[in-house]
Amino acid sequence: MRIKQENIRNFSIIAHIDHGKSTLADRLIEMTGMLTSREMQEQVLDKMDLERERGITIKLKAVRLVYKAKDGQEYVFNLIDTPGHVDFNYEVSRSLAACEGAVLVVDATQGVEAQTLANVYLAIDQDLEILPVINKIDLPSARPQEIIDEIEDIIGIESHDAPLISAKDGLNVEQVLEEIVKKVPAPKGDPKAPLKALIFDSYYDSYKGVTCYIRVFEGQVKPGMMVKMMATGKSFEVTEVGINTSKHIPLDSLSAGEVGYLTASIKNVKEARVGDTITDTKHPTAEPLPGYKKVIPMVYCGIYPAEGEDFNTVRDALEKLQVNDAALVFEPETSVALGFGFRCGFLGLLHMEIIQERLEREFDLNIITTAPSVIYRVTKTSGEVMEIQNPSNLPAPAEIDFMEEPIVSANIMTPTEYVGAIMELCQNKRGTFKNMEYLEETRVVLHYDLPLNEVIYDFFDALKSKTRGYASFDYELKGYQQSELVKMDILINSELVDAFSLIVHEDKAYERGRTIAERLVDVIPRHQFAVPIQAAIGSKIIARETIRALRKDVLAKCYGGDISRKRKLLEKQKEGKKRMRQIGSVEVPQEAFLTVLKYDEK
Amino acid sequence: MEKAGLYIHIPFCERKCHYCDFTSVAGNKDLMDRYVGYLLRELSLASSTYGKPNIGTVFIGGGTPSVLHEDDISKIMDGVRSNFTLDSNAEVTIEINPGTLTMEKAKSYRESGINRASVGIQSMNDGVLKRIGRIHTGEQVENTIGNLRKAGFENINGDLMFGLPHQSIGDFMETLEKTIIFDLEHISMYGLILEEDTLLHNWYSRGLVTMPAEDEERDMYHRGIEFLESKGFRQYEISNLAREGFECRHNLGYWRLNPYIGAGLSSHSSMGGKRHWNYTSFGNYFKKLDEEDLPIEGVEDILGDLEEAEFLILGIRLNDGIAIDDYEKRFGYSFMGKYGKVVRRHEISGLVELIDGRIRLTRKGMDLSNQVEIDFLP
Repeated sequence: MRIKQENIRNFSIIAHIDHGKSTLADRLIEMTGMLTSREMQEQVLDKMDLERERGITIKLKAVRLVYKAKDGQEYVFNLIDTPGHVDFNYEVSRSLAACEGAVLVVDATQGVEAQTLANVYLAIDQDLEILPVINKIDLPSARPQEIIDEIEDIIGIESHDAPLISAKDGLNVEQVLEEIVKKVPAPKGDPKAPLKALIFDSYYDSYKGVTCYIRVFEGQVKPGMMVKMMATGKSFEVTEVGINTSKHIPLDSLSAGEVGYLTASIKNVKEARVGDTITDTKHPTAEPLPGYKKVIPMVYCGIYPAEGEDFNTVRDALEKLQVNDAALVFEPETSVALGFGFRCGFLGLLHMEIIQERLEREFDLNIITTAPSVIYRVTKTSGEVMEIQNPSNLPAPAEIDFMEEPIVSANIMTPTEYVGAIMELCQNKRGTFKNMEYLEETRVVLHYDLPLNEVIYDFFDALKSKTRGYASFDYELKGYQQSELVKMDILINSELVDAFSLIVHEDKAYERGRTIAERLVDVIPRHQFAVPIQAAIGSKIIARETIRALRKDVLAKCYGGDISRKRKLLEKQKEGKKRMRQIGSVEVPQEAFLTVLKYDEK
Repeated sequence: MEKAGLYIHIPFCERKCHYCDFTSVAGNKDLMDRYVGYLLRELSLASSTYGKPNIGTVFIGGGTPSVLHEDDISKIMDGVRSNFTLDSNAEVTIEINPGTLTMEKAKSYRESGINRASVGIQSMNDGVLKRIGRIHTGEQVENTIGNLRKAGFENINGDLMFGLPHQSIGDFMETLEKTIIFDLEHISMYGLILEEDTLLHNWYSRGLVTMPAEDEERDMYHRGIEFLESKGFRQYEISNLAREGFECRHNLGYWRLNPYIGAGLSSHSSMGGKRHWNYTSFGNYFKKLDEEDLPIEGVEDILGDLEEAEFLILGIRLNDGIAIDDYEKRFGYSFMGKYGKVVRRHEISGLVELIDGRIRLTRKGMDLSNQVEIDFLP
């Protein structure tokens, strides 16, 4: 049965982490009866274990629900899930672009948080109808009226008739369904016009190749059609279109206003980028949908195959991840210490961690990651301007006229009791205080300009630790600012290890150098000789620690009953050695390359 | 075929020392009697399984064999003789804990054919002994050794430990000075290893005891060896020294990868390219023997690469090291062809030396032997 365009509702749910987005999605799916209770898994939309562990949604997906409203008519709801982290703003914006409305979930006890705001602004940018919903009203500490006032004051959205719900218990969730029918506009768009469809997500599997999640804005798409990806210019023959309920259901076609999936034997994963517009190759639309951008990574790090791992396997895995992830970029690079690997660009730190974990878990790879870096802008004395994302590529100081670093404007929402601690932290991270707004008597938002280089170092962990997790944080790139930056090298046994090099602010170099040297002393095993660890700026040593020589590594007793056990101890020791990187005559464990950025409680 | 060694495990102690992770319990008379009965059955089964092999050495260890009644030891020795072909000049050792040995026991041991005693001295400092949970004093060590001599033991080993909680170099040297007076034939010197699941480890991890620093511990080792060498001992293995001709033949068998049979709870055997180990619980041990089976819990093949690795790992522990010729005859490869690269590396680091067709550890290599041994693993 084909549903009329005016009975379609395309919407997303947006919320701050833990405000109940996934729980509400579960209830909506249950109450529309598309799935039996037995089929219901906790948090249906969160596909990956990783996400479940972190309680966040990384990749988005669409699900089609059928709702019989109180007016007696059946409506098709396309619920499009969005990731909830600042790193994925572009992806959020693309999935919001596929919608006409957004359900804004706000926790009745927590109120508006940094990401609530960030997501609302993205939704407003897409001209979406926003339906506020107050969740967790079953909790004793719920204060729905105050929260409604807060939403009206801070965000400026009329909220006095917002449904007061408990997604956990299903309380008043039906009101949400009715609101969606009444307030979210039906899609418009001419089904007879040339095809114009937005890719808002894509993923790869080895059977079908790339599957794209699409929203058709104009025209129709059906199997057998030749379609063109307007940004990449590549054409493909469509093999299947359909909708996603609990599984893929193939259909004859998808028409203007509809949301579904499309496969087209797309083998090369780079050719179905999120945000691209699909059109009919023979009768193309004049203009692509707005908003496509090749996302710009903000954070870079080196990813190298660990000992015994193959360069090509790592490349294949990165390519596969790139399918779902237009934001991931990489190119081959070479490190003296680590050999052949890749310089990878990410949207932010979380994105970087997720990619690392997926490489390790899903692809079972053994990789070494170097400390993250941002993109520095270097103006040489010759007038040439360079962008540097690998500290090793920084020109010699004599060739540098000046350097600039990326600055973000950060909003930190916090209970007032932590304001002092946060200000101290931001000060320490070279932040510039802009202003402070009171959201209510006990909660403020602090606005700071912070160098991104400090944010990626250990800012999240420090903030979490200093505010016991109560502060929330959100940032966006503001621009570049001239800064006194230096390249700091680490020498192990007098040998420079390029993979450890960092660009740091001059004032921070001594402290950072000492911390890194101390940590390396802890993680590098002792050798038969003393190993000096030095931090240097140019030829000037700014910190020095020594790993004492190993004096004893012997099994005192080894008799008949001990032999098997002792041999196993030796085997274990040998295994440990295999996971080491040989740098000169020193063996460095792989985790050493990450310890340079661990948050220090001190 | 080389003569086999026979190890007999007595898993009883008056109480467990704080550093000990061996299989032992504070047994009662009934359990001990029962155990000895099963042990005899195992000896008989082992003998028929392995075709009544020739036995060149016997080692009765534990636990504390000397907590058993002397008649039990006699029964065990009778069992050894009736089931195996015991060499006429076999070395037969029993481990003794000072404080558990009476004159009657000492005499009885000699009568049952035991000709070597290994005394767990550990330290001559009563404070140190107490801290590590030993049940005896220095004075009792002296009495025990006196009794053994009177009973006619002419080959006595003393086990010493160093690197003990709160121990100083001075303290260890004093123990050596006091030990040398006993005029022993053999001394073993073990650096304490903090094994997990021991009381001492628990105390250490909770910060209740402090251990000597690594440098200090190594000083104890080297100064201890120098001192004993100046008194006429020769070091022949990482932890063992003896007067000329008194090297422990039983233990040399282990390091030379000779075959051995282990009897008793948790003991290991190495026969015909297989190593097996017995059950560690009395229940399983008794049950298997009731079923007329050897009480074997597990087995691994020590063949090919593994045999080669063990030959080298164990052989290198000896001060004489490994005769390259022996290796090449046994395994058929050129030693330097296969290990030349790692040997050279360790030679440059000063851990091994090649002398007269042998490879052996240097003094420094004795401290860092694991670094060499891991390179012999397949």
